[in-house]
Amino acid sequence: MTRQQILDLYFLDARHQLIEIAAFLDRVERAEGKDDFRIKSFRAALAKLDGKKKNRAKNVLLTLSDLTTAPIAKATAKGATGAYPK
Amino acid sequence: MKYIEPHAHMVSRTTDDYERMALAGCEAVCEPAFWAGFDRSSVNGFNDYFSQLTEHEPKRAAKFGLKHFCWLCINSKEAEDVKLAEEVIALIPKFLGRENVLGIGEIGLNKNSRNELRVLEMQVELAAKFNQLILVHTPHLEDKLKGTRLILDVLKNDKRIQPGRVIIDHVEEHTVEMVLDCGMWAGMTLYPQTKCTPARAIDILETYGRENIWMNSACDWGVSDPLAVPKTALEMRKRGHGGSAIEKIIFQNPKKFLKQSKNFKLGS
Repeated sequence: MTRQQILDLYFLDARHQLIEIAAFLDRVERAEGKDDFRIKSFRAALAKLDGKKKNRAKNVLLTLSDLTTAPIAKATAKGATGAYPK
Repeated sequence: MKYIEPHAHMVSRTTDDYERMALAGCEAVCEPAFWAGFDRSSVNGFNDYFSQLTEHEPKRAAKFGLKHFCWLCINSKEAEDVKLAEEVIALIPKFLGRENVLGIGEIGLNKNSRNELRVLEMQVELAAKFNQLILVHTPHLEDKLKGTRLILDVLKNDKRIQPGRVIIDHVEEHTVEMVLDCGMWAGMTLYPQTKCTPARAIDILETYGRENIWMNSACDWGVSDPLAVPKTALEMRKRGHGGSAIEKIIFQNPKKFLKQSKNFKLGS
């Protein structure tokens, strides 16, 4: 597909998601309390969208990932949070 | 358009879903053993579950003209209890001869713990001993990258395991390349929020090619869509992919992998 065709197909949806992210950040900052590791990782991931770098989706996923390599001693929970405390 | 749903947890779905899938062109549904949303209290719960997958669910699917196949294992969310896992693994061989069983799955990791890894190794041993196909669940969200690396290490270190007989499921942009580079198959799961969207799955196909890869809905008791595969086929058409390219991803590729099991037979 041409760039024009991709824009025609996905621009409005991407615009919608971009505004949702902006509103989410405003909502977080209006709320009282401190940041946690998730929003810190989220902000770090946002920086991966900037400029002309390629593989943005992959780099965002890597920023939100556990980059350690050793198995943990014991699984004390079943769920995932979406970000890893760094 | 005909398609195969290679990963769906139909025990969690209604008969309406079977009907909708059949109407959308589904010819066969494959159901890996998974976590029920709660921990089972004993091995007897697994015995009943494996009976449900091999006896009851194929009959339910057949009412809508669908072939039903399954995979057997203890899932990684219940693998922290190694004693229970040993009991469940000892149970599996008596079910492997049943006519809709495709292999061992979905084994893998959840939180990447030592016990989960030990149980994964035990189930890889089981698959090797009985020459079974393997379907692997990779962890969720932040745990996926590390878990995928650990899983690939286990599989690559066992020389009895042929990479082409292993599918690593739930790949995303940061894990798909390492899976394909090992010669294993990659599965993309189409979830509204936590795995791949249709648009991203097609991005991956356009970036990494159409060989050794499939798409699935992994529909279960959570937020998921049993029609995710045909909806993504429609998205592929919007993106300019031709009919044969779409059929390769949603029908020919899963058929090619799954027919490595003698039990995988489609209708006439």
